[in-house]
Amino acid sequence: MTYTIKGATGEWEVVCGLEVHAQVTSEAKLFSGAATVYGGAPNSQVSPIDAGMPGMLPVVNRECVAQAVRTGLGLEAEINKVSVFERKNYFYPDLPQGYQISQYQHPIVGKGEIHLDLEGGDTKTVGITRLHLEQDAGKSMHDAQDGASLIDLNRSGVALMEIVSEPDIRSPDEAVLYMRKLRTILRYLGTCDGNMEEGSLRCDANVSVRQVGEDGFRTRCEIKNVNSMRFVARAIEYEAKRQIELYEQGGDVEQETRLFDSNKGETRSMRSKEEAHDYRYFPDPDLLPVELTDDEIEGWRAGLPELPDAKKQRFIDDFGLGAYDAGVLVAERATADYFEAVAAKAEPKAAANWCINELGGLLNKAGKGIEQSPIAPDQLAALLALLKDGTLSGKLAKDVFALMFETGDDPQKIVKDRALEQVTDMSSIEPIIDQLIKDNPGQVETYKKNPKVIGWFTGQVMKATGGKANPQAVQQVLKPKLDAA
Amino acid sequence: MTASLTDLTLKDARAKLRAREISSTELTQAYLDAVARYRDWNAFITETPEKALAMADASDRKLAVGEGGPMEGLPIGMKDLFCTAGTRTTAGSHILDGFTPPYESTVSGKLWAAGAVCLGKTNMDEFAMGSSNITSYRGPVASPWTKRAENKPLVPGGSSGGSAAAVAGRLCVAATGTDTGGSIRQPAAFAGICGVKPTYGRCSRFGIVAFASSLDQAGAMARTVEDCAIMLEAMAGFDPHDSTSADLPVPDWTAACAKPVRGLKIGIPKEYRVEGMDPEIDAVWQGGIDWLKAEGCEIKDISLPHTKYALPTYYIIAPAEASSNLARYDGMRYGLRVPGRNLVETYGKTRGEGFGVEVQRRVLIGTYVLSAGYYDAYYLKAQKVRRLISDDFLKAFEDVDLILTPTAPSAAFREGDKMDDPVAMYLNDVFTVPSSLAGLPAMSVPGGLNGDGLPLGLHLIGKPWDEATVFAGAAALERAADFDVVPYGLERAA
Repeated sequence: MTYTIKGATGEWEVVCGLEVHAQVTSEAKLFSGAATVYGGAPNSQVSPIDAGMPGMLPVVNRECVAQAVRTGLGLEAEINKVSVFERKNYFYPDLPQGYQISQYQHPIVGKGEIHLDLEGGDTKTVGITRLHLEQDAGKSMHDAQDGASLIDLNRSGVALMEIVSEPDIRSPDEAVLYMRKLRTILRYLGTCDGNMEEGSLRCDANVSVRQVGEDGFRTRCEIKNVNSMRFVARAIEYEAKRQIELYEQGGDVEQETRLFDSNKGETRSMRSKEEAHDYRYFPDPDLLPVELTDDEIEGWRAGLPELPDAKKQRFIDDFGLGAYDAGVLVAERATADYFEAVAAKAEPKAAANWCINELGGLLNKAGKGIEQSPIAPDQLAALLALLKDGTLSGKLAKDVFALMFETGDDPQKIVKDRALEQVTDMSSIEPIIDQLIKDNPGQVETYKKNPKVIGWFTGQVMKATGGKANPQAVQQVLKPKLDAA
Repeated sequence: MTASLTDLTLKDARAKLRAREISSTELTQAYLDAVARYRDWNAFITETPEKALAMADASDRKLAVGEGGPMEGLPIGMKDLFCTAGTRTTAGSHILDGFTPPYESTVSGKLWAAGAVCLGKTNMDEFAMGSSNITSYRGPVASPWTKRAENKPLVPGGSSGGSAAAVAGRLCVAATGTDTGGSIRQPAAFAGICGVKPTYGRCSRFGIVAFASSLDQAGAMARTVEDCAIMLEAMAGFDPHDSTSADLPVPDWTAACAKPVRGLKIGIPKEYRVEGMDPEIDAVWQGGIDWLKAEGCEIKDISLPHTKYALPTYYIIAPAEASSNLARYDGMRYGLRVPGRNLVETYGKTRGEGFGVEVQRRVLIGTYVLSAGYYDAYYLKAQKVRRLISDDFLKAFEDVDLILTPTAPSAAFREGDKMDDPVAMYLNDVFTVPSSLAGLPAMSVPGGLNGDGLPLGLHLIGKPWDEATVFAGAAALERAADFDVVPYGLERAA
């Protein structure tokens, strides 16, 4: 289904490409040995190199290079065996060197692609233009102190991957799917933690519009500061509508950089094309070109984990899961790992169902990730075994599951402590059934006309046994007795 | 006694220290006295007498038990471009006011580790931009040399002018320099001393305030070729903190100085015989040719066809890199800050007052050649020409072992001369810039005096990483020139 925006003059299509800055997971910064832990005291993780002190020189952290290549491989991209760090020159107090070391003409990773899972099981491929490495700037705090701005250089020099997509995205939802999928891949690879709140994943959107059926692209605007999944969709939608309105009022969209204001939900002009910086890029003479050997690249490739697309296909093929369930399970590697651990000891479809619905629901409610699940995969598998052998009814199993979530105890212990075993011995249930038939002649009459009313009787028995009776077994005893009554 | 102590070469002083005929404290005190006595030359920006005596004392303790490094107890001057932990570092600029580095440059650190004693930080052109040491915020340096017939101060050359004056004037046994387009070799020639710039990548640039990163190289300045070799051995070597530093062993350059030069092929590039060349320079050059021929070298005429483009190429690449390297001096974290009403004004005032005229000129040129629309025509073209210049040399070195040229197109000039014409000033480096662009090792040795009694330098250029042959050739020239004239300024003052 194509997304279009209806304007006064007709249907409009959104054309969008995303530039994502992903902080490289690494112990040390891109060009210095300083640490990269989030939330350190201001200016506590700064080497003289990151502070732009005189005479200091950058030296490439090879681990950051490896992470960029791994990411490139995960995006099915070309890896450039020679790439060049250049200086992007501009003045700002949180940019201590007066230039950002980035890659410009020769990025480390070239063209690749990302596959989006659309609703209804379709997939869409979004092209990756390039991925390059660059250093982050520090952080300015403008209102922290009267009459002065404060600078925290902890982030200065931290390695970022800038991942640029082709203008293949056609709706706000696709943009969100792209971001989600990219984050999933990065997290699988362990090359970026994908945490948008902490700023490890930041997004700028290039947005233009065109009338449905129109060829070529119109002028685009770059929207900065789109830093949550929710904002990605809102910013693109707002910007597209703004541009359509402009065109329809006979105006023109000017190429400019705009800022997304998440409070007002709108974009506003930051700087026009005329005000655009002249960054005076040139190869950084302090650094040699980054050269990669085939052996290095193949070594990194061999060390890659199974990626979400492959995993999803395997879950479908090997476990017989539906595409939707498989997609949900692989969205987080930890969830997929959890599921696989359960599925190794239980029926895979039931395992998937419990992982997604029961466990997913409780975790969601508790605001916890799967890593913090109080229930271990083995415990869930044990619960599923109790369900399968009839020790627990479906209802009881859910109750036990909730208790497991609360206490972290094994299901066997909970069942034993609370005497929750399903009652399979019918001798204790028969008197209850007999009494029930005796006490409710009216309902018995109704049953004669409508056999579905057996459900009412079953429910009463379940209630009387505290849910411990096996409903199938109850019905087997109940039906002949009702028929005979 | 004092005068003779400071007249000792590095090699002789080292021998006497090791033999315990003299102490480092004695030697250091003699130099400190000389530094104080000739303070009006302004060769030092920062004197560190207490540090010097403490280091000398430590050296004496080591020497007393037969220990110590190759530079043990030898008092040197450190160009103020090298960051020195705990000692003010100015780069000759106002903008670094109050800056005391918390770290040590690799090269200075190696020298201290080898036992050298720090007398202080020598004066220099601001950010090493200049050829006469007149752009220093700390004032110009007067050369110990004057014309024989008059007593008017001359420039020591630059940018390592303080180091050159200090070595020539016996204020230190040797000094460090840095050379981007000739900043060691040209002042060495003006001051009648030896100065070597090794192959780019030989010495770590870590902790040296950057001027033009692809050209900057540290080197040694001393009164003899062998002294330079000894000192350079202590400075050179791979440094993991500098990505452009070469992971190569440091050869025995001291031994190379004694190597015979018989059979070496010496190239004489015809393009260096520039129009309107001072006949005295030509004569010294011819003298060098004759000496090497007499030593058994084979003289060959060679061509370096792109030489004429070297100076314009250099004056695009060096300012381009400088404009970016100097962007960090923004008044935000260290050094001078001149507050304005807002950020942009603070930048403008700080950099406007903090940088001198020559530095501002080069920052502007560099910014211009890198800007959109001009990058291809200037910077990119210059990089291509740089490659051609480099290829000229490599091709020439298929046939010759060394190239001999004059070091500078003139002798030292008066303060005030060439000042209002930056291009005339840039021409000082016409013979040294091509080898800088090619990253080659090169050395200046005194070749004799001109008619005014001022020293002129001979310049040897070697193959990449072949400093050894440069030292051998330079030592041969030194033996033949037998240059032992003491600067007249020193004699007069004495």
